[in-house]
Amino acid sequence: MDLTIMMYLIPSLIMFACGVYGFITRKNLIAILISLELMLNAVDINFVVFNRFLFPGQMEGMFFTMFAIGIAAAETALAIAIIINIFRAVKSVDIREINKMKF
Amino acid sequence: MDYSQFLTMGSELMLLVVFLIVFLFDTFGGAKAREYTSPLALICFSVMTVAMWLLPTNGGEAFSGMYYTSGIITVIKTILNLGVILVILQSVKWIDSEEAKIRRGEFYELMMVTLFGMYFMISARHFLLFIIGLECASLPLAAMVAFNKNQYESHEAAVKYIFTAVFSSAILLLGLSFVYALSGTGSLYFSDLATQVASGENSMLLVLAIAFVIAGFGFKLSLVPFHLWTADTYQGAPTSVTAYLSVISKGSASFAFLVVLAQVFGAAYSQVWEWMLYGLIIITITIGNLFAIRQKNMKRFMAFSSVSQAGYIMLGIISANVIGMTSMVFYILVYIFSNLGAFAVISAIENKTGKIGMDDYNGLHKTNPWLSFAMTLAMFSLAGIPPFAGFFSKILIFNGALESGSVALYVLVLIALINTIISLYYYLLVVKAMWISPEEPVVGEFRSSCYERLGMWLCIAGIVGLGIVSWFYTYIYDASMLDATTFFANLI
Repeated sequence: MDLTIMMYLIPSLIMFACGVYGFITRKNLIAILISLELMLNAVDINFVVFNRFLFPGQMEGMFFTMFAIGIAAAETALAIAIIINIFRAVKSVDIREINKMKF
Repeated sequence: MDYSQFLTMGSELMLLVVFLIVFLFDTFGGAKAREYTSPLALICFSVMTVAMWLLPTNGGEAFSGMYYTSGIITVIKTILNLGVILVILQSVKWIDSEEAKIRRGEFYELMMVTLFGMYFMISARHFLLFIIGLECASLPLAAMVAFNKNQYESHEAAVKYIFTAVFSSAILLLGLSFVYALSGTGSLYFSDLATQVASGENSMLLVLAIAFVIAGFGFKLSLVPFHLWTADTYQGAPTSVTAYLSVISKGSASFAFLVVLAQVFGAAYSQVWEWMLYGLIIITITIGNLFAIRQKNMKRFMAFSSVSQAGYIMLGIISANVIGMTSMVFYILVYIFSNLGAFAVISAIENKTGKIGMDDYNGLHKTNPWLSFAMTLAMFSLAGIPPFAGFFSKILIFNGALESGSVALYVLVLIALINTIISLYYYLLVVKAMWISPEEPVVGEFRSSCYERLGMWLCIAGIVGLGIVSWFYTYIYDASMLDATTFFANLI
């Protein structure tokens, strides 16, 4: 069976959509962070697949993905550090507890 | 590899040197020496700004076109530097306070790292370098927002900021992956992508890609459907960081937005992104204004005011010509002075008394006439009342939008004008509270520190001088004329 480009693109777009859905509906900060990771990884898959199928002679998309993974790791570390601070302050990571500032 | 091309990146190298000086001084200096970190950072930074301004700008590109610099790009970087100097001036009092002084060095280091990212974001002509610059500019800012470790609001603001920042960069990256698929040659250079956009018809995928890119930038610039983080982050962050977020971050992102839209998607201007921006500008200005009216906290108030000001800055992008670009850079310059003038007063009062409600400003002129004077000038300038710089920047940016002569843009400018009148109401509410309100003053008499006073006088000088001394505008115009073809060659 030949693998076509769509067999990669459709799962990656579903992953992205799941990430957006999770980002909006989840109530736990860690779960929101996981949803964000899902979105970033879906984009990485997109880049790799486009590179592999459309421009097989080049590496530009692969390199972009390498850097995107590095940036995503940095951002996760920072987000977790902030979540730990939140947890120390309110003893919870539920976003319903983190809504002191509204209008 | 030819190492001499590093010399093209003069401004970045100078910033790196300043960063290293501050970092080494903070790491290896003794406890006594660290008291002088703030003056050291201030002096190094001022020297660097003057050097950037006076040294000849030999424009050019490095790393086979990944990095590009020219006269106008150096001008915008110098303007950002000026803003950072003003932010440092107003943050010294807070950063030297008992609770924050142990992290004094980190504050300046993080600030310079974000500025470094912004430089690269403005100068990048390849999407890889661009994304690295963008993330380098937005991630350390989250650490700066969370800087007040003992205050809960600071953490809440930081968590809201980092989640929206990452969400927006994921959306931007998705847009870029579609752009990559369309590139035809597999290259992410702006120039190669522009030829591809110009040659092909506007497929649905291109429209989708542009929409995602605009949405990603919309989060950074807090344009309206994407502005929900703004008020909370601005309220919870330390006041100096709020000032930094509202002018420096916004100014650099809007210039980078112009570069991406004009240089990559220029050929799709009249068919695609002119209309997307058109809608965004209308709702940004209107909703920003309407929400600002009901705010009682000064920092939230400034947040919504900055949302609506971002809409005016976008007018310089939608006009997509040299006059638009010039007036946008001039608008950013004036906005830096007026907004930081307001923030200087807010942070001076907050540092002394901890009060940031608008009601606390009642009768301020009885106790602190000079603070009220500075705040009044800043508000007049933000609202665009004639002799002050804000009036001239608004009139020039409208002029840029009218340059192309299309009827739709005339309507847009009319809507923006009506909104200027609405904004007059809420800016003058602050002035009314300070000068007319009969109640007894809440804030007692106090003397601000010499750094704060220097910052305020600089802002006042900028607000009064920039509009009248037309030399600044001409200077920016000459710099951008030299570069007009590189920016707007692809526009249709």
